[in-house]
Amino acid sequence: MALKLHGFPMSTCTTCILTCLHEKGLDFELVPVNLFAGEHKQPPFLSKNPFGQIPVLEDGEFTLFESRAITAYLAEKYKETGCDLLRHNDLKEAALVKVWLEVESQHYYPAIYQIVHQFFALPLQGKTADQAIIDVNLEKLGKVLDVYEARLGTTKCLAGDFYSLADLHHLSYTYYFMKTPWASLINSRPNVKTWWEDISSRPAFKKVAEGMTFGDN
Amino acid sequence: MVMKVYGPVRAACPQRVLACLVEKGVEFEVVHVDLDSGEQKRPDFLLRQPFGQVPVVEDGDFRLFESRAIIRYIAAKYAEQGPDLLGKSLEEKAVVDQWLEVEAHNFNELVYTLVLQLLILPRMGERGDLALAHTCEQKLEKVFDVYEQRLSKSRYLAGDSFTLADLSHLLAIRNLVKEAGMAHLVTERKSVSAWWEDISNRAAWKKVMELAS
Repeated sequence: MALKLHGFPMSTCTTCILTCLHEKGLDFELVPVNLFAGEHKQPPFLSKNPFGQIPVLEDGEFTLFESRAITAYLAEKYKETGCDLLRHNDLKEAALVKVWLEVESQHYYPAIYQIVHQFFALPLQGKTADQAIIDVNLEKLGKVLDVYEARLGTTKCLAGDFYSLADLHHLSYTYYFMKTPWASLINSRPNVKTWWEDISSRPAFKKVAEGMTFGDN
Repeated sequence: MVMKVYGPVRAACPQRVLACLVEKGVEFEVVHVDLDSGEQKRPDFLLRQPFGQVPVVEDGDFRLFESRAIIRYIAAKYAEQGPDLLGKSLEEKAVVDQWLEVEAHNFNELVYTLVLQLLILPRMGERGDLALAHTCEQKLEKVFDVYEQRLSKSRYLAGDSFTLADLSHLLAIRNLVKEAGMAHLVTERKSVSAWWEDISNRAAWKKVMELAS
């Protein structure tokens, strides 16, 4: 099979790409990487991603890492198929997708990552979550969500009145966040809540979410 | 109408945008924003950039923020003039994107934290966390090892040509080498050294440094 994704079905970055692959209706093979055994930090994998991180995409002979580069590649290569995730026909719309992808990357992700990491990942490693870190990041995330609330009062989705990669890249971390005791940060903001319900109910994501079982008993 | 760049010429992220504009030979006007007085956090600026940060670019009535999104827009809009900063084929463009993401996620935070602890906080009369700075330095050693490996096989990060991926590193590496006393991270690595020598001597970057001085 031409498209191979090396990753882990519960992992946030892997699931972003799985969602993109499903939005485009593409055939692919998911090659599991054994994170618990440190497979991603050892030589065979390091030759695919020298930073020792998942996911990695192989498209025939071509290898790519960094999840936002991978989804952009897939969205560009298959731009005529499925949802137009990059708005390739409109320079300004395409630019706005990149703006809100950067906002996710620079503002949303740093705060939400800390909360999800403390609440889900640390207990799996036998460690205790640090509530102080969670509290600091809840405050940061709240401020970011205030900006989102204002933005989503003017547009249906982040980059405009259209679903794009900018919205897609919020799905995985937010999905886990909604399983924490602090889901009210999303639910108490009506525009954000509507947007979240809309994007998380897309069939492509629902398919992927079935495998995202952190936090389930 | 000339593109407007809001932000002080001395600040890092506006320099990322200015470098791209100069490379592409695009006319622009800098509108100074007084960060020291907190101009960027005032209501009228927040209408331009809701996170209260620089730079912001106005291209006519089209407004953009986030420097890495802005440079992608400029490189795409002016694809036919100046050097090709995006890559030609689908795969080349993806590799440019990949190294831009590496800069944003594996590199920038470490440099920012190190510079904050060693330079910015002391300049503000506060104590920097030297242990944290040292940890960042050690992590940067490992990141630069990966860059050395990459640049021993390819002249620039994304391939044989200078692209946005290289451009995006200019301001951070300049800070490491010239301000933070971390030149050894570059000079101890043959391929990284040669690459830095090359990209930091580009006419466009020298012009940006002149504007900032």
